[in-house]
Amino acid sequence: MKGMWFKVFTIFWKDTVAELRTKEIITSVLVFAVLVLVIFSFAFDPEAGTMGLVGPGVLWVSFTFAGVLGLNRIFGVEMENSCLEGLKLCPVERNIIFWGKMASSFTFMLAVEIIITPIFLVLFNLPFFMPRLLLIVMLATAGFASVGTLFSALSMNTKARDILLPILFLPIVVPVIIAGVEATALALEGKSWGDMSVWLQIIVASDIIYFVVATLVFDFVIEE
Amino acid sequence: MDNKEASSAQWAIETKGLAKLFGNKYALKDIDLGIRHGERLVVFGPNGAGKTTLIRSLSTLIKPSAGSVHVSGLDTRRNQARVRRKVGVVSHQTYLYGNLTVYENLKFYGRMYDVPDLEKRIQKVAGQVSLESRLHDRVATLSRGLQQRAAIARAVIHEPQIMLLDEPEVGLDPQAVIMMRDILDVFSSGECTVVMTTHNLERGLDLCEQIIILNTGKIVYRAEKSEIDRANFAEVYSHYTGISQ
Amino acid sequence: MNRKVVLRNNILLGLSLALMVAALYMVFIYVPTEKNMGVVQRIFYFHVPIAWVAFLAFFIVFVSSIMYLWKRDMKWDRYAHASAEVGIIFTTLVLITGSIWAKPVWGIWWTWDARLTASLVLWLIYVAYLLLRNYASEQAQGARIAAVLGIIGFIDVPIVALAINIWRTQHPPALIFEGGLGMPGLFTLLVSIAAFTLLFVVLVSYGIILKNQQEEISHLKDVHSEEGG
Repeated sequence: MKGMWFKVFTIFWKDTVAELRTKEIITSVLVFAVLVLVIFSFAFDPEAGTMGLVGPGVLWVSFTFAGVLGLNRIFGVEMENSCLEGLKLCPVERNIIFWGKMASSFTFMLAVEIIITPIFLVLFNLPFFMPRLLLIVMLATAGFASVGTLFSALSMNTKARDILLPILFLPIVVPVIIAGVEATALALEGKSWGDMSVWLQIIVASDIIYFVVATLVFDFVIEE
Repeated sequence: MDNKEASSAQWAIETKGLAKLFGNKYALKDIDLGIRHGERLVVFGPNGAGKTTLIRSLSTLIKPSAGSVHVSGLDTRRNQARVRRKVGVVSHQTYLYGNLTVYENLKFYGRMYDVPDLEKRIQKVAGQVSLESRLHDRVATLSRGLQQRAAIARAVIHEPQIMLLDEPEVGLDPQAVIMMRDILDVFSSGECTVVMTTHNLERGLDLCEQIIILNTGKIVYRAEKSEIDRANFAEVYSHYTGISQ
Repeated sequence: MNRKVVLRNNILLGLSLALMVAALYMVFIYVPTEKNMGVVQRIFYFHVPIAWVAFLAFFIVFVSSIMYLWKRDMKWDRYAHASAEVGIIFTTLVLITGSIWAKPVWGIWWTWDARLTASLVLWLIYVAYLLLRNYASEQAQGARIAAVLGIIGFIDVPIVALAINIWRTQHPPALIFEGGLGMPGLFTLLVSIAAFTLLFVVLVSYGIILKNQQEEISHLKDVHSEEGG
């Protein structure tokens, strides 16, 4: 048992070392996320007082699209030098590979989101309600990470890997996006946990279902 | 079951009727092989003959569509983790992470293979491939020849009893090839079983004891080295594959 | 092609045709006009069965996907593929009939009400499924990853529907369809459902036959090219 988690951690460790050295995923995703925020401020007049209404949506659009960019790289890095084959040759259960990569996806996406959120709140003159937002973001990102990692692996071997990932990913995570936006809106209005509970329940339920199903089918995705 | 495993265990690698179907095409068909412990087999054949598919079937990357593959008596369909521990693969792809150092790559794979005393083992293996001085350099900064050496280090970090080499000298300059061959000799002497695929008839004949020629997925020729007239072998190869060397 | 299969399909086709004629008669002539919405309401008798079939199609994709991953028999993959192709057509029709219904009733072509929105997401998942098959590098792999998506997509649909439903009750739409159907209405609806379900079966059957034939042709081509050299 201990050996198993250690190996999950080892995969996560490998990804983190590589990422800290090059910062290729986090930088590009961060820049893209900020760009999305800026473009949206042109789309909706930021001074018109509508920011309270559209703000949550804008934030989650930014997270979602930037997230897809990052997810492409999660298995993208395994395609160079056929490293994925090297991984498949290791004497480990396939779910260990999945959980390790999922841990990396989750961490990288969360890191970007933690940086983006204050920027967003400042840019759009919204109140600084960090703690609750953090929980919502973490829960939703867990859902993104499981489905996203699965689809990242899935699209890697296809001919149009970069465009296929968002097409697969976005419709499936609609519940998480809706719930994330609604919960964020309520959090920004200062509402209580009780008011948000239905949305949080949806996110948590989705997280659990996605995680279980993705773990079960991952085998079929990477074997030949 | 004991009898079956005992008789299988005398073979390091045994395949019976191995076949692999991709879509409608047979990449491999009727492959029967028996390789004893410590023996070395070289697989010749033109592009598309199925050499890579064969190596991948032996390493558990591919499941057979028909027939069986037993490595050290273990069925590759069922005992995948155990088979993987015994096998080391060197391909023309290095399986190395370019942004990580040689050391970090070896540490990663070492951990995944549960290698005991990993630090010492890394130092030893790095010494064996003469990469101690570049151990903490990023793999992407190494030349192709050095990367292949690092790939060999990675392949043997867990002391496999069986080595599978899929055209390992592709893309290497002649000096690098010689160096690699010397390294492989060090690793593959003794009880290590070796299966190597190559285009290069001379090199293959140097290395091995058993030879097979694959063409369109089938074994079209097999012999022991002692039976072969080296001078004429190129003609023999031509005859069975329709390709002159 | 098997004579039994041909016969069976012809019977199904005939039955489907007959039922469809009956349904059309009932929808346009037999059932009385609804008080509130007028003639347009008749679309309901198409919209609902079509939506049911779209969902049924996805369920078949789900089951076939599981069967394929379990048995690795390509026939399950063909069932899933054929079902998805017909399913997306029906889902498109759901969206179109929904729009046609919405315009005279609510004055707008599209409304983000729970059912239509969920249907739109289902449509998008179908599109992703069919695109995925297109972009796979080779056949067995395409079948495998499509099966994975078929499973995840289907499991996801109820969650999507639930989330969208709750989302819409927070922001109530313009009008909600009310009122009972009455006996003639119910009867008409059932006939219509039967007609469209049968149509679905016929279409999928033909789709499978087509794929089987494509399979045979490509197999023959392979054999021929190997022999011809």
